[in-house]
Amino acid sequence: MNALLETRNLVKHFRGVNAVNGIDLAIPTGCCFGLLGPNGAGKTTTVEMLEGIQQPTAGDIRYRGEALGARFRQEVGIMFQSTALQDFITGRENLRMFGNFYTRTLPFGELIEACALGEFLDRDTRKLSGGQRQRLLLAIALVNDPELIFLDEPTTGLDPQARRNFWELIHRIKARGKTILLTTHYMEEAYHLCDEIAIMDHGRIIAQGTPHELLEAHFDDVVLQLPAADFPDPPPPLSHTVVRGQNSVEILTRDVTAAIRELLAGDISLTRLQIRPRTLEDLFLELTGRELRA
Amino acid sequence: MSFKRFWTVFVHRNWEFLRDRSSLTWNLLFPISLIAGFTFAFSGPGLDLYKVGLLNDTGDRNGSEFFQTRYIRFIPITDPSAALTKVERHQLDMLLDPAGRRYWINEESPKGYVLERILRGADAPPTFHKQSVSGRVIRYVDWVLPGVLAMNMMFSCLFGVGYVIVRYRKNGMLKRLKATPLRPLEFLSAQILSRLLLVLVSTVLVFIGTDLFVGFAMFGSYLALFVVFALGAVSLLSLGLLVAARATSEELAAGLLNALSWPMTFLSGVWFSLEGVHPFLQQCAQLAPLTHIIDASRAIMIDGASLADVSGHLLVLAAMSLGCMLIGAWMFRWE
Repeated sequence: MNALLETRNLVKHFRGVNAVNGIDLAIPTGCCFGLLGPNGAGKTTTVEMLEGIQQPTAGDIRYRGEALGARFRQEVGIMFQSTALQDFITGRENLRMFGNFYTRTLPFGELIEACALGEFLDRDTRKLSGGQRQRLLLAIALVNDPELIFLDEPTTGLDPQARRNFWELIHRIKARGKTILLTTHYMEEAYHLCDEIAIMDHGRIIAQGTPHELLEAHFDDVVLQLPAADFPDPPPPLSHTVVRGQNSVEILTRDVTAAIRELLAGDISLTRLQIRPRTLEDLFLELTGRELRA
Repeated sequence: MSFKRFWTVFVHRNWEFLRDRSSLTWNLLFPISLIAGFTFAFSGPGLDLYKVGLLNDTGDRNGSEFFQTRYIRFIPITDPSAALTKVERHQLDMLLDPAGRRYWINEESPKGYVLERILRGADAPPTFHKQSVSGRVIRYVDWVLPGVLAMNMMFSCLFGVGYVIVRYRKNGMLKRLKATPLRPLEFLSAQILSRLLLVLVSTVLVFIGTDLFVGFAMFGSYLALFVVFALGAVSLLSLGLLVAARATSEELAAGLLNALSWPMTFLSGVWFSLEGVHPFLQQCAQLAPLTHIIDASRAIMIDGASLADVSGHLLVLAAMSLGCMLIGAWMFRWE
């Protein structure tokens, strides 16, 4: 598969801090690539270097095999984590303004329909809700019909309904064969949208693959989950790993029958027992740790 | 350089300014209210009712009863021709030469007439010989107006470009624009030209409005005055660009802009003449573009000077504009 965007040994040092420590990436055309990592892992710095916003300290970034240049600027769309729009300007005027910066643009009607901007298009951007604002920012990112779209935590701060609507928009972009680089803190979002995922920590990529491959490679067990109130303290002797949370207790096992047998032997009620497979969130926590990050 | 991209930023910046009603109103009303306030404040009678210039003043004023008259301020004069001009313009009510036994008054000045009567009453038999001049009155408002227009322009230029660019940088707008094909030159020239247009339009409106409500002297060419204000605005915009080139916080930008604008306001003679201040401060004032704008515009409005007469000021303003713009553009960072 041809890589649309590639990096080799990408490094970024700030004063006394190694934010990115030699990253190699190859994002294929048409792929939705997820870059995940805890706060401070270096993913924003990495993405900003890929966007051409920051210059790397060392390493190489290639778009269609060439260094980032005028063609790259014309062919990428970017939706930053937080972007202010010009005050006193409507959504329509914003679209027109950004559209005028590019040589090729999508027909506005198509863009307005695709991002469902109709109801607030002529409203001052200061008066938009969070979801409306994100849809407008996505439309601005798509105004030049880009080949490569950077979406940096696009659904942060949205309510569940607005987030689901936003996923629909991203699915439609994917269906048009566009390449997407997505960063998100929502593992469920990454699982639903991404064809390939890289998990970063301490400026390095610590795991990469499709969501399914990553889960297969790291886990061969399932999770038995019980409400904490149904689990005795101290716990009965179990031959499986037990993780006690504030509201629930998780038992990690490769043999569900054996685990249930042990729980029954300990006289534990299984009425509210849930069995779930391992998720990306489990993987993320396992790889990056459970401590709080600033 | 793409004209389409430049024009797009230029148009949208203008919309942003024009739709911000509170900012627009403030930009127009502030200088008019200042002029009206000062006219009101300085239109009443002061403690000294009459001003008499004394040529070759020795300090010995016991020779005549005239010098003992209350409510007359005697001002030593060293430049007779400048003093005569002031008599012509009613800025001095009388010029007296005790050694030559001569005095000058403006025949059209009521204060000159009253002073003449007082002098004759105190000087009997008469030893002073009358010399007449004539000319239009120059009031404080005539003198202060060029300064107020220039000061208003200064605040609008410095904060309109400097502060706005820093705000764009801080809220991520510049970062978003950096991710497009827009180039710094297109963005910066659009910002400067947009503010230049708005500043010149608002200055012209204030000029017309002040003339209608207050009225003032204008002896020079309107075109020459426009050239001075346009070049002056470019120099101030360039200075604003220099401040905004790297600053990342609005607090820092506001501090820097205030540190530039307030000393300029005091040193450039907006409200009061700098003739009496320390020579070092007068030298410092020459470094401020505002000084050259005010001196050139006063020369045009009050003395009827031509562009050639104020070419020195224009040259300094052009050099300052070029220097600040080149350094500002070189230092500029989107983030």
